[in-house]
Amino acid sequence: MNIELNGKIYEVEPGQTILEAARSHGVYIPTLCYHAKTGGVGKCRVCVVEVEGMRGIVTACTVQVGEDMKIVTESPSLRKHRKMVVDLLLSAGHHDCLSCAQCGNCELQDVAYSLGLTHPSFPQPERKPEDLSSEFLVFDETKCIQCGRCIQGDNCTVINDTLGFAYRGADTKVSFDHDLPIGSSSCVQCGECVQLCPTGALTDKKARGLGRNWELEKVNTTCPYCGVGCQMTLHVDRKQNRIVRVTGREDAFNEGMLCVKGRYGYDFPSSPKRLTHPMIRKNGVLEQVSWEEALDYTATRIKEIVDRDGPDVFSAFGSGRITNENNYAIQKFTRAVIGTNNVDHCART
Amino acid sequence: MNIERIASISTLENIRDKARASSPENGKSEEQEAVLLCAGGGCIASGAYAFKEALQSALNSQGLADKVTIIETGCLGPCAQGPVCVIGRDKTYYQGLQPTDAEELVSSHLKGNQIVERLTWKGEGEKPVPVLADIEFFKRQTKIVLRNCGRIVPTSLQDYIAHDGYAGLAKALTSMTPEQVIDEVRISGLRGRGGAGFPTHIKWTFTRNSEDPQKYILCNADEGDPGAYMDRSVLEGDPHSIVEGMALGAYAIGSSKGYVYVRAEYPLAIERLQIAIDAARQAGLLGKRILDTDFCFDVEIRMGSGAFVCGEETALINSIEGKRGEPRPRPPFPAVKGLWQKPSCLNNVETFANIPAIIHRGGAWYAGMGTEKSKGTKVFALAGAINVSGLVEVPIGAKLREIIYDIGGGIKGGGVFKAAQMGGPSGGCIPAAHLDVGLDYETLQSLGAIMGSGGMIVMDEHSCMVDVARFFLEFTQDESCGKCVPCREGTKRMQAILTKICAGEASMEDLDLLEDLASTVKSTSLCGLGQTAPNPVLSTLMHFRDEYVEHITDRKCRAHVCPALVQFNINDNCTGCTLCARRCPVQAISGEKKEKHVIDQSLCIKCGACLLACKFEAVDKQ
Ligand SMILES: Cc1cc2nc3c(=O)[nH]c(=O)nc-3n(C[C@H](O)[C@H](O)[C@H](O)COP(=O)(O)O)c2cc1C
Ligand code: SF4
Ligand code: SF4
Ligand code: SF4
Repeated sequence: MNIELNGKIYEVEPGQTILEAARSHGVYIPTLCYHAKTGGVGKCRVCVVEVEGMRGIVTACTVQVGEDMKIVTESPSLRKHRKMVVDLLLSAGHHDCLSCAQCGNCELQDVAYSLGLTHPSFPQPERKPEDLSSEFLVFDETKCIQCGRCIQGDNCTVINDTLGFAYRGADTKVSFDHDLPIGSSSCVQCGECVQLCPTGALTDKKARGLGRNWELEKVNTTCPYCGVGCQMTLHVDRKQNRIVRVTGREDAFNEGMLCVKGRYGYDFPSSPKRLTHPMIRKNGVLEQVSWEEALDYTATRIKEIVDRDGPDVFSAFGSGRITNENNYAIQKFTRAVIGTNNVDHCART
Repeated sequence: MNIERIASISTLENIRDKARASSPENGKSEEQEAVLLCAGGGCIASGAYAFKEALQSALNSQGLADKVTIIETGCLGPCAQGPVCVIGRDKTYYQGLQPTDAEELVSSHLKGNQIVERLTWKGEGEKPVPVLADIEFFKRQTKIVLRNCGRIVPTSLQDYIAHDGYAGLAKALTSMTPEQVIDEVRISGLRGRGGAGFPTHIKWTFTRNSEDPQKYILCNADEGDPGAYMDRSVLEGDPHSIVEGMALGAYAIGSSKGYVYVRAEYPLAIERLQIAIDAARQAGLLGKRILDTDFCFDVEIRMGSGAFVCGEETALINSIEGKRGEPRPRPPFPAVKGLWQKPSCLNNVETFANIPAIIHRGGAWYAGMGTEKSKGTKVFALAGAINVSGLVEVPIGAKLREIIYDIGGGIKGGGVFKAAQMGGPSGGCIPAAHLDVGLDYETLQSLGAIMGSGGMIVMDEHSCMVDVARFFLEFTQDESCGKCVPCREGTKRMQAILTKICAGEASMEDLDLLEDLASTVKSTSLCGLGQTAPNPVLSTLMHFRDEYVEHITDRKCRAHVCPALVQFNINDNCTGCTLCARRCPVQAISGEKKEKHVIDQSLCIKCGACLLACKFEAVDKQ
């Protein structure tokens, strides 16, 4: 079907919202509460547009396109309203972009920038301390815009029912259980809410101060922990050779979701306790040896034992920390070379 | 009480004829007399039950206990005069009843047929007007919604039937198709009384046309507008009319299940409605195969916790579902996806109360009242600076002047009418210049007010219009559900600016910002609460802009309401009696005996105690 967007005709899919249709053709309509996963909920009112024949102005995220619908996404009055709405949001909190973890990756910052808003026009409320009570999450209420994405994610994708809105009107706030500190709540710290948060209200505690968004290299990989194989992006500081944070890939089957281990258990690659060379215990003491010596020693010992007691005394245990190919080789070796089915794996999902 | 199942129209008619003969309204029977005591919320609050007890013991002690029965009815309307009662047979109306009046009422009126004049209505020149039908307040009203309130025993199915109750339902089920019912409502011209005035038949047609085996009919008894209590009065005084109205609506749209959403602060309404539902169920007027037709329908009550926003239809639906009371974006409209995603039709209590009468007496009869575009009657809750406050029902299109002066008896203390606030927090003010316009949906809107639920607060020169706007914004910002940004944050900022203006601390730039805010909140809010929240500001700005400017530039509040802009001064009338100095709670007044006193403005907290104390009119409020 066709619609007219700002005077130009576009072909769009029936059932799409105005926002989806506009985005599919690269027409920018600012949004804050919309996320592909949590849908159009009409909360932030930033995506307001004018549709011919419809009373007043409507939100692009909630109204579906209709045949030959005439839509205007930019006009002086729309801009005025958007500016006022975003101004109200900026004024309701404390957006200190200088030190905010989300800076450069913040949807509120982007919208404020595109509208040319320089400062909040209304007096700002008192500052409130961040909630630092949990291991991995930080919640800064004063940067929360009550978009509800975290709650939707918690209630509808993770289905943990920890988050909800408490109180009402200007007192409305995101609450963990019955307004408990995160650390005392039923939160399992999967970080789905952090992933969905458009601002710096919910951030990763471990990544604080370790690098700005734009400095970190994004490396896509598969989670090493279990057999589900969630897709993730490592945010890597190359100079320090360090993973700073992990996010789920929203374009993959896990739709951005990760579990607490996948999202926050990324210390092991740079752990000082990690084995970096082969060692053999000689006379009760571990000694560093060459790969050649280590492999020869291991092959000889395995052969001796299997020849003496039969293949079923042998058992191989694969690891989640190594690649699929490595694990494949392990089981192939166990079955074809040794001749036993004693194969197992820490991520036997 | 055991209620027999009513299986046919003829059984219903038999019951009606029998019940009519012994209806308490007509004094029950030749020998029996009845006192219809208003047991509406207002009268109960002013002591109706204490009076009832006293009356009963007076009847006992004077030997009339088996001749006279006290009947608790619903609200009669003049709520500020309560407790009130009507003597059944001769329809004498008494008001302001105290327990100490009981003995006299029994000995004079009930025994001696002597009217107790001091307890009657006072007409012009304080002349007693004893008979209900002669009293201006009642005479000038047209009661359809409130037709049974104050006349029947709210908890009696028989008495409701005696007053043509369930006749409309019987007529519809036995001789009309659902389409014909909708058409009758179309002919009546009935528009929703919940606020927006949406034509009821269109809503019913939409829901009828949504194909789904399960549909719901919902009744909005949330009644959140401060000062409005007509829905409560109907539920307390005539609950069966809502059961019947909903059954008719259910038949029309093809639903078998209804919910009434009532705020928990209305315990009496809930109690009486539940009694009515139980009785209707026992009589087979709810449940399976009603009146031996294929129509099945039942109703349940759902209680709300009194959030204003839960009166909004989608928030109400969320609340019934057990979710946070927040509106949903529309479309989809409830007629397509409502309660539990099923087609649902929501109407207001007053809307439903009209339906049985419309079906029973015909749409054309109803359309004979009202104006071209707004038919029938509307109930208003009169309050404020008016002599008789209470509930009044008049044909739509009645003039403001009629309501205030003819029915309401004019401005209290002979003051001058300044404006009427109509439609509560979503509405606006109508100034004196428009006293003679007819009150209908379109006219009110063009004046910046709305019909709303019918709240009408009358104001005289002692009301500050900026303060009025501030009051309503304080309400809306507190009641905002917080779902969308403009309402959640914007109303709070509007309230802050209004508070600043009232404190005399605002600049003209603040006024511009207030108007910008009003425009964005109105145009971009998600639901009706936010979309209408700026109305009290916009309408007072439309009619009383000079008062805003006065507050800002002259630091003056002409109504002497805003404390920061009021000054108390002592003039030359002062005799130096020292009374005011002794009354002042902060010792701000000083002066020698027999000499003129002065008020230290830096200490004064503007409580006004000196003004009240002074016997020589020596204190000025400026
Ligand atoms: C904030 C808000 C509060 C409302 N409160 C009520 C209410 O208390 N009672 C009511 O009947 N309608 C209320 N309404 C209107 C309802 O949403 C709805 O339009 C009405 O109940 C429909 O019934 P009607 O067509 O019979 O008028 C409210 C609307 C809004 C936006
Ligand atoms: S949340 Fe966004 S707008 Fe707020 S401080 Fe952080 S970067 Fe800035
Ligand atoms: S914490 Fe983030 S995602 Fe959650 S409501 Fe606030 S801004 Fe939205
Ligand atoms: S307009 Fe106000 S009450 Fe309505 S959804 Fe928005 S915040 Fe809630």
